[in-house]
Amino acid sequence: MLELRDVVLSFGDKAVLRDCSLSLASGGRLALMGPSGSGKTTLLRVALGLQMPDSGAVRCDFGRVSAVFQEPRLLPWRTALENVLLPLAADPDARENAMQWLDRLELKDAAALYPDELSGGMQQRVSLARAMAYRPDLLVLDEPFKGLDDELRLRVLKLLADSLGQTALLMATHSEEEARSLGCTILHYQSGQFV
Amino acid sequence: MKASLRKLLPALGVTLFWLAVWFLAAALVNKELLLPSPAQVLRCLIRLAGGAGFWITVFRSILRVLSGILAAVVLGILLAALTERSRLCKQLLAPLMTLVKSTPVASFIILALIWLGRDILPVVITGLMVLPVVWANVSAGIAGQDPKLLEMAAVYRLGRGAVLRHITIPSVLPFFRSALSSALGLGWRAGIAAEVLTVPPLSIGRQIYESKLYLETTELFAWTLTVILLSLLIERVLLRLVRTDFRKGGGRHA
Repeated sequence: MLELRDVVLSFGDKAVLRDCSLSLASGGRLALMGPSGSGKTTLLRVALGLQMPDSGAVRCDFGRVSAVFQEPRLLPWRTALENVLLPLAADPDARENAMQWLDRLELKDAAALYPDELSGGMQQRVSLARAMAYRPDLLVLDEPFKGLDDELRLRVLKLLADSLGQTALLMATHSEEEARSLGCTILHYQSGQFV
Repeated sequence: MKASLRKLLPALGVTLFWLAVWFLAAALVNKELLLPSPAQVLRCLIRLAGGAGFWITVFRSILRVLSGILAAVVLGILLAALTERSRLCKQLLAPLMTLVKSTPVASFIILALIWLGRDILPVVITGLMVLPVVWANVSAGIAGQDPKLLEMAAVYRLGRGAVLRHITIPSVLPFFRSALSSALGLGWRAGIAAEVLTVPPLSIGRQIYESKLYLETTELFAWTLTVILLSLLIERVLLRLVRTDFRKGGGRHA
């Protein structure tokens, strides 16, 4: 269970989050939609524990949490496969699982390549493979499909929709189509609050 | 092979040019006491290298200098880790490091002569010269870690060891290598200078000092040449050991 209650956060004089509350249970799917700069990313960062709110409560009981940020955040000195393996050190089937996800995301041939040998879209899919191979209880996505062409984006969305199962999903997006195809409840978000 | 030859030829040309200048200057001066020729220095070096004393002297000097460098590297890394964690520690330590960097090495040697034995002094002086360089560079490397990668590591709950291995060390290594590159020459020169002033037994510095004392200019040149060649050799070997290219298996995922 993820629960944010009356979360308030300001950067200097600018109020970024104003009394934001939401809750997400196992298997639940929420999409935050709103204009750029409205505070969607900040809300996701608060949910991930990367940003402390000024006030309000954040509770996250999910065991495994993974995230795909707007940038791929891959280690430049590790191959695509090694990046996917990074959080899986304790898993007995780590390598097989990582390769499966690279394959599903059409990156099988790129497994041995380094991030700077991959296009932006490929890097973002490696990041998604890492997030999914982690078998998360909560998956947080921050506009992760930006660099993908339309056909590929649809295939990735379908793959995600089919694979999420009981994984809770919290995503920020500009695309209603993405939110709908992942079965998300849409929360419209503007100037730091839900509208 | 062709590429390495292309790189080698200009360097060889430059070396030959300056050897010719030296040779001509020595011929013009025509006094071995003032300026020995390259051939005379080489003959002297070969003669020195024929005796076991030469190698023992060289070994002891290398041992002193490398001990100082190693101690400074370990201490520099530990201090950098500490000062990047604690602002107070950084505020306290930074002026001290600037002071050490700005103080002439001779002042330290004279001061340290009062407090320390002559055998340990070159080790301490070498360490003192190397420490600020290692500290500053490793600090810059730690501070320069990509915060976005650290956030990713936090989301996936990577342990401290994993963060150190997968993010911190690869981020810091290029800075460390650059520190080592400047520190080796600096430390080597400071160590030999300390030996010259403290004349410990079985040291290159003592040989240089005695060559000057007995006006053995050719020997002075031969020992100086030994110092230069050793400096180049040690730098090559140590920098080869510190790899920064993690792409060829130097830190891959287990």
